[in-house]
Amino acid sequence: MNLNSIKAIYNFEMSRMRRTLGQSLFAPVISTVLYFIVFGSAIGSRISDIDGVSYGAFIVPGLIILTILTESTANASFGIYLPRFTGTIYEVLSAPISFIEILIGYVGAAATKSIIVGFVILFTAHFFVSIDIQHPIYMVLILFLISISFSLFGFIIGIWADSFEKLQVIPLLIITPLTFLGGSFYSIKMLPEAWQTLSLLNPIVYLISGFRWSFYGQGDVSIFWSLTMTFVFLTVCICVVSYIFKTGYKLKQ
Amino acid sequence: MIKINNLSKQYNNGFKALSEIQLEIHKGEIFALLGPNGAGKTTLINTICGIVTPTQGSINVNDYDIIDDYRATRSMIGLVPQELTTDAFETVWNTVSFSRGLFGKAKNDQYIKEILHDLSLLDKKDNKLMTLSGGMKRRVLIAKALSHEPQVLFLDEPTAGVDVELRKDMWKLVHKLREKGVTIILTTHYIEEAEQMADRIGVINHGRIILVEEKSKLMKKLGKKKLILDLKTPLEKIPEKFQHYKLTLNNSGDKLEYQYHASETSEEICNLLDDLRDHNIIYSDLQTKQSSLEEIFVDLVRKQ
Repeated sequence: MNLNSIKAIYNFEMSRMRRTLGQSLFAPVISTVLYFIVFGSAIGSRISDIDGVSYGAFIVPGLIILTILTESTANASFGIYLPRFTGTIYEVLSAPISFIEILIGYVGAAATKSIIVGFVILFTAHFFVSIDIQHPIYMVLILFLISISFSLFGFIIGIWADSFEKLQVIPLLIITPLTFLGGSFYSIKMLPEAWQTLSLLNPIVYLISGFRWSFYGQGDVSIFWSLTMTFVFLTVCICVVSYIFKTGYKLKQ
Repeated sequence: MIKINNLSKQYNNGFKALSEIQLEIHKGEIFALLGPNGAGKTTLINTICGIVTPTQGSINVNDYDIIDDYRATRSMIGLVPQELTTDAFETVWNTVSFSRGLFGKAKNDQYIKEILHDLSLLDKKDNKLMTLSGGMKRRVLIAKALSHEPQVLFLDEPTAGVDVELRKDMWKLVHKLREKGVTIILTTHYIEEAEQMADRIGVINHGRIILVEEKSKLMKKLGKKKLILDLKTPLEKIPEKFQHYKLTLNNSGDKLEYQYHASETSEEICNLLDDLRDHNIIYSDLQTKQSSLEEIFVDLVRKQ
């Protein structure tokens, strides 16, 4: 394992976060504060408790997942797309480093950034609602798994995309709608039965439900199915990345 | 140092960029690879560096295979690409340090300082790359390529678009690196550059190596020479008795040109000059010209 090379990629990617601290950290925090003001205070005060949890507290796990998915995908896709776009990828491809090591560097940095943002949002949420995390170890585990899975997903998008428009299209048209419809701001049990069944086809439901379970001990689906779906998504991403590395898809000629 | 055996590269669209390349590059030499646009120079370099996957054949660097032992070969190679590809928002120091780490080397600020100093970049170490001129960016790319102390350095059109002063600086640097034992392979469009710097020259066209020769031998073997005589009295045409000499007369009839091969003996020149005197053809001045590497190269490519 070429640790110096992994460290170089990881630090290089993390330095972009430090350079753009405003947009990397403050922007998601400000968005979250706005969500709390609008949904938590203005609208939430008119909504009764859900399964014994105040609406303001109920939306915290959903908000964190919404940000984690967006940040992981955006960070990883941009991280690998930018050197492809500028041409500096030649250096990574000609370095004495394996594809796995490249992946650890880029995906590791993207996941770290989103985890940091996730914890900052959790910290911010404390100022608005009282949060009691019932299963903190599961909470951290799920946060890690989701961050890594969606960073891998972002990495795939960054390899696949050949324009900045394409880089945005999947997060905007698929991930954000699925997250909103996946129970970020409501319990799918509040939906009519047909919509509940349909919602179960949305993989994000399982991620949000699992994460919410780690907070309040209850979710829309069982923790078993949440973890299973998370691992399935992670495995699919690993398989696609393996294919990319095996064939050199859009990386090597 | 580098052994290329039967190397071919065919892209998915069917285009064959390299065909059965056989080439050996010796340790410590400066090898110039010449060829017109699209001849396969960059593809060959990128294949050796691991950026392009070969379709057939093998490449060994210091007896290590570039695919099986890629870690060993790549850590020995530094590449300065043709395009000015840089991370616009990074500083000079960060981007050069990144390259060293990427190639598996432990941090060494003193060494990075030395490189930046040698390339006159030290005072710009905290500048963002986007603020540098094209020539300075080219220097940064060289610094990046040297950051991991490579034994082989590929310079793909290193002086394209840089001014004369910088070009001379780079030539000096290349010679300095050679003195340290670094093997240098450069591609260039400035044939004058290859003529001044290279020990050996390879010519590639349509993906095939058509010639590899020591520069001095190549100049001798393929170089044509010209003897130009400024006539005191213009001639209307070349006299009959001089038909067996390869002579040409310019339109105004006051310049007589005699072409001969660089490897030929000078006996025929003496005979020509004697004959001219005997026939009372007086010249006021004479000069000789040797064909440049550029003319040799154009000639070779045209013959292809």
